[in-house]
Amino acid sequence: MAKSNWLGAIRLGLIGGVIAVLVALVGMVEVFGERDIVAGVISMGQTLLVLTVLLVGYITASRTAGSQRLVGVASGALAGLLTSAMLVVLLLIGKAVNLRPVLINASPVLYKILTFGQDTGTGVLILLALGLVIGVVAGIIHWLPPRVRGAVIAGLLLVGLIGLLQDLLRVTLAPFPEVSKAVAWMFGSKGQKGLSVAGAIVVFTVVAAVSYLWAAQGNNLQRRVRALPPSGQRAVRWGSLALAFAMLLVWPQVAGPYLSDVSNQVGLFILAGLGLNIVVGFAGLLDLGYVAFFAIGAYVMGVMTTTGGEIATNFQWTFWEALPVAVGASVLMGVILGIPVLKMRGDYLAIVTLGFGEIIRILAISDFLKPYEGGSLGIVLVGKPTLGSLVMETPQSLYYLIFAGCLLAVFISWRLRDSRVGRAWKAMREDEDVAQAMGMNLVTTKLLAFATGAAFSGLAGAIFAAKLSTVYPHSFTLLYSINVLSLIIVGGMGSLPGVFVGALVLVGLPELLREFSEYRLLMYGALLIVMMLTRPEGFWPEATHRREFHEEEAVVEPVPSSAPAP
Amino acid sequence: MALLEVENVHTYYGNIHALKGVSLTVNEGEIVTLIGANGAGKSTMLKTISGLLRPREGTIRLAGEEMSHYKAHEIVGKGVVQVPEGRKIFGRLTVTENLEMGAFSKVDGAAIAEDMQRVFALFPRLKERRHQLGGTLSGGEQQMLATGRGLMARPRVLLMDEPSMGLAPILVQSIFATLQQLHRAGTTILLVEQNARIALQVADRGYVIQTGEVILSDTAENLRRNEMVRKAYLGIS
Ligand SMILES: Nc1ncnc2c1ncn2[C@@H]1O[C@H](COP(=O)(O)OP(=O)(O)OP(=O)(O)O)[C@@H](O)[C@H]1O
Ligand SMILES: [Mg+2]
Repeated sequence: MAKSNWLGAIRLGLIGGVIAVLVALVGMVEVFGERDIVAGVISMGQTLLVLTVLLVGYITASRTAGSQRLVGVASGALAGLLTSAMLVVLLLIGKAVNLRPVLINASPVLYKILTFGQDTGTGVLILLALGLVIGVVAGIIHWLPPRVRGAVIAGLLLVGLIGLLQDLLRVTLAPFPEVSKAVAWMFGSKGQKGLSVAGAIVVFTVVAAVSYLWAAQGNNLQRRVRALPPSGQRAVRWGSLALAFAMLLVWPQVAGPYLSDVSNQVGLFILAGLGLNIVVGFAGLLDLGYVAFFAIGAYVMGVMTTTGGEIATNFQWTFWEALPVAVGASVLMGVILGIPVLKMRGDYLAIVTLGFGEIIRILAISDFLKPYEGGSLGIVLVGKPTLGSLVMETPQSLYYLIFAGCLLAVFISWRLRDSRVGRAWKAMREDEDVAQAMGMNLVTTKLLAFATGAAFSGLAGAIFAAKLSTVYPHSFTLLYSINVLSLIIVGGMGSLPGVFVGALVLVGLPELLREFSEYRLLMYGALLIVMMLTRPEGFWPEATHRREFHEEEAVVEPVPSSAPAP
Repeated sequence: MALLEVENVHTYYGNIHALKGVSLTVNEGEIVTLIGANGAGKSTMLKTISGLLRPREGTIRLAGEEMSHYKAHEIVGKGVVQVPEGRKIFGRLTVTENLEMGAFSKVDGAAIAEDMQRVFALFPRLKERRHQLGGTLSGGEQQMLATGRGLMARPRVLLMDEPSMGLAPILVQSIFATLQQLHRAGTTILLVEQNARIALQVADRGYVIQTGEVILSDTAENLRRNEMVRKAYLGIS
């Protein structure tokens, strides 16, 4: 037993080391080293390494949970030490041999960060000592009683988050003098980047305290809600929904133009995600050409409403006149592209739809259609949506349009899911042949899924065109389809709240962390891999999928066994 | 007039001639069995009746109405319901959800709930396990579920494909006891079996099919006594 503990710690330590070396060699430590989380104490690049060691130490400690606590802390320390030892190896090799011709990020700056500006010998010692200490800290965190542990983790996370989003916080909170004064204090002097030490301590203490108290009270509250009669519970549920609704309504007023614009991008992905969720999540039809419908929505909106540019069309409709046409065209295309793939399943369907997506993009960029939709020059001066005399131009006003679109899509998805059609989709997702033998019409069921998905995506595309005022073919690449698919995988296939979570994580976060956009796809990939390994059902899964991945936990109602098994 | 009439049906898989002019009838309230060796064309016959395969020639009538131009899902609506070979239940759905899927062609919620209670009365074991995932049921329970799912559609004719497949003798007995129970309640059943012995015990009449052709048809009792059947299908010399 004890021996396997140490072997486990060594294994995890080495895995952590590989991750840390990788993070260093892709240049993240160096690039993020310019941004301090706590000024003068720790940069973002260092935070990444510390986080790796913390995680490795914590996981190691939790693996040994069965045995003594001290063993847990010690194995955490061992794992931490090994992780930093791997960095030391990188450092020593790098100092001896010039790695740069192959690994361009193995730069003197990286070595300087890793040795903390000291000479190699001292640096190595500091690095090893830090690995050990952080490993111990991770072990101790795991050792803490759950509520304290939760509080400490919450505190650390929030310090990290505030440090990460400091610019944004400063800008957003500028209009509120009292708050911004407090914020200014938290961040110390103006020129400095990152939280001040005192600020970090205050944030940590406050968050930890609040989280500690909340853990106590929250449990209490939950218990009390559960004790309510069903009608009361329903009231609580509707109440919290109404509260969330109200908060979403005032959000752009508080958030300002930049955050509103980010919200709008997230919102458009939610809208498209809800559509693909019907096709892939509900009906199980893997569609990789989903961008086609988004493009058609955008192009129809562009062509119908544009008031200038090079193209020959001269409709000059208003946004509201063009919107139904745009959505209708997408639906029509959904059906037209759906018919040839009616008999296809799985991989074949994915490949063919992928082809459709590319065909639409290539048509859009072609000279053949250039007179009608601008070709590679695109469409400019697309009409803006209006409401009475108000022209929706600012991100804040567009927010409400997108919000309304999302609400409509959520409502339709929700009603469809629990309807006859929803059940047919579910059965078809499980087994097409049997679904047919149960009396489901596969043709209409499939086409309905494609059409509904296309409608949502077309709506998103139409709003997208109006929001940007322009339509360019380069917006409609395969990457868009992959993004939408990833967000529903991350959120949880077939789950409505999952679409929101997925869009926030995969679209919202990267938008807020624009300066690191170089690493966007890397993080995407890493996140997807980690998700598939640890939580394949998504962050907020739908019941059927949760059951599938956690079969051993499936609820079997304890019924007093009646008649013996026949 | 028989409830189900199959007349001179030819079914092909590409150019494989799987059914070569099969005719059979099933009267209201009867259990009729179709026995034959592996690959004789039994499943093909059931799939042709339920519209999953199209006959190239021949007619299939339900209560006098020509069925061959209806699609598979429409035929379910007409009351011809198949319990497929190898159960084919929805593994990732619960027992209750599986049963609900069986009632897809029905819209009356109260009637569906009533039917479900009837299925639970027939298979108390399913009621105990109603929240369990279909895929985690034992083979016998899955057969019960597949049968129950078929019954949820309120079939006029229930087509059962090898319900005994892969089950222990005691479970086979219990499944067939259930079939007899359904029979007494007036359900019409066309039963495909390799286990000729037990099929001929419960059935009223039977057809013997060999390489796509009916070679013998008689009452179950006469078939049990038939020399050829005894030799080839009952293993008695
Ligand atoms: N999809 C298919 N494509 C080609 N040939 C097929 C197909 N399905 C069945 N066959 C062939 O048709 C013939 C009849 O098959 P069928 O499944 O009806 O047999 P069966 O009587 O049900 O046999 P078993 O008792 O083994 O289930 C066989 O020769 C089989 O190989
Ligand atoms: Mg068969």
